[in-house]
Amino acid sequence: MSFSDWLRQDRLPHIYCVGCGNGTVINCTLSAVDEAGWKKEETVFVSGIGCSSRAPGYIVTDSLHTTHGRPIAFATGVKLAKPGLHIVVFTGDGDLAAIGGNHFIHACRRNIDLTVVCMNNQIYGMTGGQGSPTTPCGALSTTTPYGSKEPAFDLCDLAIAAGANYVSRWTSFHVMELTRAIKTGLGIPGLSFIEAMVQCPTNYGRRNKFKQAIDQLEYMKTHSMLKQKRERLLEEGKPIPDEMIVVGEFVRRNRPALGVVHEA
Amino acid sequence: MTRREFWQGNTACAEGALAAGCRFFGGYPITPSTEIAEHMAVKLPKLGGTFIQMEDEIAGIASIIGASWTGERSMTATSGPGFSLMMENIGYAVMTETPCVIVNVQRGGPSTGQPTMAAQGDMMQCRFGSHGDYSVIALSPASVLEMFSLTVSAFNLADKFRVPVFLMADEIVGHMRERIDVPEDVERTERKPLPKGVLPFHADPDGVPGFPEFGKGYGVHITGLTHDERGYPCATSPKVHAELVTRLSEKIESARDAIADYEVVNPSAETVFITYGAPARTVQQVLHDEDNEKIGHLRLKVVWPFPESALKKFGSAKRFIVPELNLGQIAREIERHVDQPVIRVPKIGGELHTPEELRHVLEAFR
Repeated sequence: MSFSDWLRQDRLPHIYCVGCGNGTVINCTLSAVDEAGWKKEETVFVSGIGCSSRAPGYIVTDSLHTTHGRPIAFATGVKLAKPGLHIVVFTGDGDLAAIGGNHFIHACRRNIDLTVVCMNNQIYGMTGGQGSPTTPCGALSTTTPYGSKEPAFDLCDLAIAAGANYVSRWTSFHVMELTRAIKTGLGIPGLSFIEAMVQCPTNYGRRNKFKQAIDQLEYMKTHSMLKQKRERLLEEGKPIPDEMIVVGEFVRRNRPALGVVHEA
Repeated sequence: MTRREFWQGNTACAEGALAAGCRFFGGYPITPSTEIAEHMAVKLPKLGGTFIQMEDEIAGIASIIGASWTGERSMTATSGPGFSLMMENIGYAVMTETPCVIVNVQRGGPSTGQPTMAAQGDMMQCRFGSHGDYSVIALSPASVLEMFSLTVSAFNLADKFRVPVFLMADEIVGHMRERIDVPEDVERTERKPLPKGVLPFHADPDGVPGFPEFGKGYGVHITGLTHDERGYPCATSPKVHAELVTRLSEKIESARDAIADYEVVNPSAETVFITYGAPARTVQQVLHDEDNEKIGHLRLKVVWPFPESALKKFGSAKRFIVPELNLGQIAREIERHVDQPVIRVPKIGGELHTPEELRHVLEAFR
């Protein structure tokens, strides 16, 4: 078994643009699910609307491609009705942080046993490149033509504050680390949130000085800083370079969780 | 076998749901429907079911749709403002053919309106409120007993037709108390399962496909996008879209007479009241007081799909009088189907018509 056994072959090729990072995150997730030993008939993928949310359509298991921003609310119903099912939610920055923000907060508070994988491309890709809540301050998009004037949302900080049991962030460059983080999340009862920063050459990169997809990947490689390193620099009173993406595992805890099957 | 109870309408609705086998409730508190959620919160855990109070009504209906895909009978209950929030996901339930029951204990609107007063102002919203073309089933209880029995029917119809079914109650039937004889057992129509080897959205001749329950190895993809019989997105094919949306509508519209449920009093009458829900009670009082075969009553328990053949039961009718707790929503639907004059008796503000008000309307035709 490998990740490719989980792909719905008759649905390929997929709709993702050349150079898109979402495929990497799908592969990492399916590898993690496969390594975790989950059975296909006991696994459900749920998603909202947007590029990220097309992912379940390419996976052979039961899947629910829902309405914009609401996948976690749908997944809550599936999980509580049948706690024996394993559930992964695929979402994006617009789906999760803008229209679906409240559902995300409450799922973290409930600490419901879901694994939420957010493909954060910092833009509304499907609709052609509008600014999102994670578009960096100053970045260009079709709705921030003079540069975004709003600070970007730190989704991991939000998940931690709201109560999720497991929170980590990696990028589509960090394939091994991302796979391991998702696998860890799958095994932890309660809400696991894994944010995967991804390149979007079509609608983010080309407007923000990343001429090629590889340029944005290179940026994520050189601008990622391990959480531990950042903490060490802070302790030593040393400056932290601007625009760094903090990566790593932020939280792993064992708060009471909802929707967990208790062995008799 | 029956047992005697003295229940509030909302309690009867919750008990009807439990009797029908509903084991999942997701909702959000809102007057005047909250007693339904409260009753489910007490009872469901004891029956091995799930009650969850979600963060808003959007999440409430999302959760019951998710639960329904695991094979559970699921329900939410709300009132006007929450009903408005649910509209997008109601369309999702229609498009994905997800059986579920949505109770709307109607109150005065628009907006926050009259939280504690009755209305029937959402009758068009439940039919047309979500975007796109579609058809649904809506029931209208006029008594505490019907809050029980029509809730049971709602679950059976939802499973049979794979469609969201609305119990369009109002504050009056929701909060009034009546002594009722509750049946110990209720009839239950199961969802037909998807036979192995059949595509998940390949419909039978009745327009309804078999249900591929999650967790049974079907590996089905469910999407609100226009989809082909495999369930795969196919959003730019005019043919696939036309066929899908026509089927979703036709599976309900073509079963109009089978779904119809109504009560006919004095079919030879010249003057016929048509009611649904609480206003039926005033008409029943008027007919009781008048004891006149020339005054008839058509009481609709199913409002959508509109049972137009019921109007033909009154072959001598010269006029129809339609008292409703709105500015005339179903009266217009009736006008589409009859040649006789339709006299609207709208009333808003939260109170039932008085018998005196209806008798005053009758005076013109003595």
